[in-house]
Amino acid sequence: MISLKNITKTYKNTPVVKNVTLELPKGKIISLVGSNGAGKSTLLGVIARVLNPDDGQIIINERNIEDYKTRLLAQHISILKQSNHLNLKLAVKELVAFGRFPYSQGKLNTTDQEKINEALTFLELDDLKDRYVDELSGGQKQRVFLAMVVAQDTDYILLDEPLNNLDMKHSVQIMKTLQALCKQKGKTIIMVVHDINFASQYSHYIAALKSGEIKYFGKTQDIIEPKKLKDVFDIDFEILEHNNKKICNYFN
Amino acid sequence: MTAITKKMSILLLLTLGLIALFLFIGLPNNWDYALEKRSVKIVAIIVVSCAVATASVIFQTLTSNRILTPSIMGFEAVYFLFQTVIIFIYGDKTFRVINQENNFFLSILCMLLFAFVIFKLLFKKEKNNLYLLLLIGLVLGTLFQTVSSFLQLIIDPNEFLMLQGSLYASFNSINYDLLWYASGTLLLCFGVVFCFTNHLNVMLLGRDQSINLGVNYFKKTQLFLFLIAILVSVSTALVGPITFLGVLVTNLTYELFKTYKHQILIPACCMVSVVSILLAQYVVEEVFQYNSTISIIINFVGGIYFMYLLFKAKKL
Repeated sequence: MISLKNITKTYKNTPVVKNVTLELPKGKIISLVGSNGAGKSTLLGVIARVLNPDDGQIIINERNIEDYKTRLLAQHISILKQSNHLNLKLAVKELVAFGRFPYSQGKLNTTDQEKINEALTFLELDDLKDRYVDELSGGQKQRVFLAMVVAQDTDYILLDEPLNNLDMKHSVQIMKTLQALCKQKGKTIIMVVHDINFASQYSHYIAALKSGEIKYFGKTQDIIEPKKLKDVFDIDFEILEHNNKKICNYFN
Repeated sequence: MTAITKKMSILLLLTLGLIALFLFIGLPNNWDYALEKRSVKIVAIIVVSCAVATASVIFQTLTSNRILTPSIMGFEAVYFLFQTVIIFIYGDKTFRVINQENNFFLSILCMLLFAFVIFKLLFKKEKNNLYLLLLIGLVLGTLFQTVSSFLQLIIDPNEFLMLQGSLYASFNSINYDLLWYASGTLLLCFGVVFCFTNHLNVMLLGRDQSINLGVNYFKKTQLFLFLIAILVSVSTALVGPITFLGVLVTNLTYELFKTYKHQILIPACCMVSVVSILLAQYVVEEVFQYNSTISIIINFVGGIYFMYLLFKAKKL
């Protein structure tokens, strides 16, 4: 379980994340939603120690992340940011192999090799593994980076807008993969999603942020309500139900 | 992998061949004296070119920029200023007041002090803004260079000629003792670098990915910048400003070995730079009969190659 206690992050006197306290349950898909500038990505970055909070504590498996060795922490938590620009000639399997760095420090053993192959198969990248990453399409590239995170084999996977720039087909494909990761491998997935319907369809929990604060946190069906969503996004929502899943219509 | 091993072997053979040619061709009758002279020169060339190559590859990895060299941080400007100031103060008595060895150690001290001050200023709050560091280095470097130019303008022309000798890289008068100190220090640095080549590979992926993969990015950046500072200042104090070589040799290496692995890139780049310095030295000795300097030759070739890189990048 990840617990956040009074997390505050300020950029040049502008508080972006204000005093956030949150308990993120294990083995679930949790979506962070909110409008632009609500502090979702910053919060995610702070949890993944890519950003340093000004105040507050992050506790992973009952231990403060500051007490972890960086290498050990990388075996528990991984993050994938939204822009993964590479100006390197790197083959798919080489990039995925980097995911094993926290364990082997670059000298791959047979376990590492197995994990890499497993990750490649899991993301259906077996045919692409010898291709160069910069020659792939957006959807394929996203799968490759996801494969690297899968190879890293951490309990917690943080994703910053994993559907950014992907079309509907590839978005659904990625979400299905994340679902499988959660179900088959028991991973906890915490992600920032822009499309409220993707959050509604695929996540177990939703945390809604507004101007740096957690407005609502709870099970998905409790959060997807017209009143609450209007409060968070300042636009009107109409909620439709289909197969026990809620779909939001906000095209007014 | 085989293609890379093949290229490495060819490069190694070429390097060793050139070294042998340089050592043994046209040996005069009293060959032992000449051989000793030439060996010192060769050792200096190998040590300095490896230092420049290693520092440049690491620097380009840290900044993820392939047309920068560590000289942008202003080490050489500090060296220029120090050399100018001592001549400015002591004039033609310089060599009596400060001998070659003291000059060597004081130059290194100045450059490391400079590095230490700007690192300290910028790494205060775990915020390592590398680009700000480069900018400050660049601005201070320009300032030092301007101050040096001003001092050079008002010193005696004869003293200026004395100064000029130390402002161009030269392998023609290497102090034997200093060479040993320099080699020892640089070998130590290479040792540290080779312990962390895998970390350098990860750092190519950028800051966030490095942190994600458990590299202590902040500390590692500091360590590598510190190593670069030592490599550059020791080689500069030994033979004069030489980091301009960096752009040429690193890019040739990237072009030859299309790999991201520093285990291969660093040794390959070392060999490429040994080969290019040897060729330039050959041109200096045989074509220009010592009437030109190695800096001019390499700057000329490097400049042309740099323009080629820019035009190529524009096309893409």
